[in-house]
Amino acid sequence: MTDRVRIPLHRDPKARAIAIQLIALSLVVYGAYSLFQTTVGNLVARGIQTGTSFFDEVAPFNIGFSPLLDFKLGESTYIEVFFIGIQNTILVSILGIVAATVLGFIVGVVRLSPNWLASKVALCYIEIFRNVPLLLQIMFWNFAIFLPSLPAPKNSIEIGSFYLNARGLHMPTPIIDNSSGFILWALTLALLTFGLFIFARRAKVRFEETGRRLPVFSINFFAFVFCGFIFYKICGSPLAFDIPELGRFNFKGGGQLPLPLFSLWFALTVYTAAFIAENVRAGIQSVSHGQTEASHALGMSRRDTVRLVVIPQALRVIIPPTISQFLNLTKNSSLAVAVGFEEIVAVWAGISLNQTGQALIIIAMTIAVYECLSLLTSAFLNWYNRRIQLSEL
Amino acid sequence: MTIDIQANSIELGETIIKIDGLNKWYGQFHVLKDINLDVKRGERIVICGPSGSGKSTLIRCINRLEVHQEGSIVVDGILLTEDTKHINDVRREVGMVFQHFNLFPHLTVLENCTLALIWVRKMPKKEAEEIAMRYLERVKIPEQSQKYPGQLSGGQQQRVAIARSLCMNPRVMLFDEPTSALDPEMISEVLDVMVGLAEDGMTMLCVTHEMGFARKVANRVIFMDEGQIVEQNEPEAFFNHPQNDRTRLFLSQILQH
Repeated sequence: MTDRVRIPLHRDPKARAIAIQLIALSLVVYGAYSLFQTTVGNLVARGIQTGTSFFDEVAPFNIGFSPLLDFKLGESTYIEVFFIGIQNTILVSILGIVAATVLGFIVGVVRLSPNWLASKVALCYIEIFRNVPLLLQIMFWNFAIFLPSLPAPKNSIEIGSFYLNARGLHMPTPIIDNSSGFILWALTLALLTFGLFIFARRAKVRFEETGRRLPVFSINFFAFVFCGFIFYKICGSPLAFDIPELGRFNFKGGGQLPLPLFSLWFALTVYTAAFIAENVRAGIQSVSHGQTEASHALGMSRRDTVRLVVIPQALRVIIPPTISQFLNLTKNSSLAVAVGFEEIVAVWAGISLNQTGQALIIIAMTIAVYECLSLLTSAFLNWYNRRIQLSEL
Repeated sequence: MTIDIQANSIELGETIIKIDGLNKWYGQFHVLKDINLDVKRGERIVICGPSGSGKSTLIRCINRLEVHQEGSIVVDGILLTEDTKHINDVRREVGMVFQHFNLFPHLTVLENCTLALIWVRKMPKKEAEEIAMRYLERVKIPEQSQKYPGQLSGGQQQRVAIARSLCMNPRVMLFDEPTSALDPEMISEVLDVMVGLAEDGMTMLCVTHEMGFARKVANRVIFMDEGQIVEQNEPEAFFNHPQNDRTRLFLSQILQH
């Protein structure tokens, strides 16, 4: 009696799997090895030294827009250019993600509205912006719409101390005038925030105990704005403002939001919102009609039904594809090259590479930046997604 | 089922639902044709009929999950119109149990039961939870209160759905084929709960093919076909001496096995 049946090796799934994996692995290793050999050979043949020594060299070009990190022409080095590039990429990505989420959610909901006209307008919006290449859209908004319709600096549109022209929006920036007053104001604001937080907690407990609800959000919002302003006056108005002034050719002083940033942000927002709107529509439609009916049958209002029954279930379908859209938006911000916004690809993989010729390391670092940003974004959102998805087996 | 309720053993009260000349169309299709129906407080009505005969549509009109085009429906003195206030008032008085349970999968069993108490009745959470636990005990699953609907069997889910409706303290309960999505061994646990409700004098309208339930619990059985009420009678007379040919055919088809 034999308790094991002999299987020929080529029909044994286990043996076959191991063989296929070994072959694949050796091909990958060989490919990587020959790539490395070719690169090193080429670099040696052309006499190019790769390395990080150029990081500390002074960058011979100017960067006009950097909200947090200071850039001084003739002093700042290449590595500072790298960080400014990252900063600007993150800035436009965050602005774009926030705006695209809000706009996408609204368009997605309007798309499902029983109002025929509203629904068709949303449909047109989605089909137009989803189907036109993003680069074309960025150039369209910047060169065909904003640039021609805005005046030269001399004839800037003036709104208070804000000036809008074809170069962008010039605005006053706050400067700390009286530092002890400022610290006092910051402290009172922190205390105020803490107090409002306690109030929100109390209001929630009260709601659970008595069933009576307060409009906590609006109360807190107005209390914060109102009290914040009063405290500001009490602390002796500790901020001064650097107000932009028209010089010979351009504005001096104050801060500037350059037009390319606005065009890029606008294009990224309307483009990505079209995709997010489709995710939102799909998510809401995935919640079965029986759920709405059950909620209505209990006497729940339409608003509470959407808020407490439909949206929480729709979010589970909406979030995973929307994470991809956030990543797409971040990567698409590299198209800023077309309008000259100074994000990482423009200033690092563009200008710095041209100036130094260090293609290998610069491209590798640029890839690493996008890789890190994407992984961080998806790690955070996957965590959020798991949190809201824990129920329902 | 062990409990047997004698038809008419409970004194019937005043009219609670009054349907007059009800007509409804889905596009060209005439689903409900001139329906007249009065339901008295405490009455237990079973509606049966072949599929597509309009039975579900009829009871869904009573809490306006379906909109009718002609005729009037008055529930507990409230006329059902476009007026959302009237609709919500009626829905608070009328509980509904669905064929596919329609529990909220993202909420626990307890939260399913307290949701409407908190947001419709504006009740404190603690009080709402006490009421919910009382009804979960009544349907004999208080120990499942912290679970999610997806973790329960079909029969348990349907009992939660009944408890969820009862929490709102409705005057009328509508059942839309409550046992047809259940495995056979779970049907009786749901029917037991419904019999218990009937014993307590709940006004019930039940679309079902459970003829044993109809015989024991109903004081009126209604047979519908092609959007009309073809025949209605007390269960004994209905089952033993059906008057209409279509009723006879239907009964012979569902009772022959």
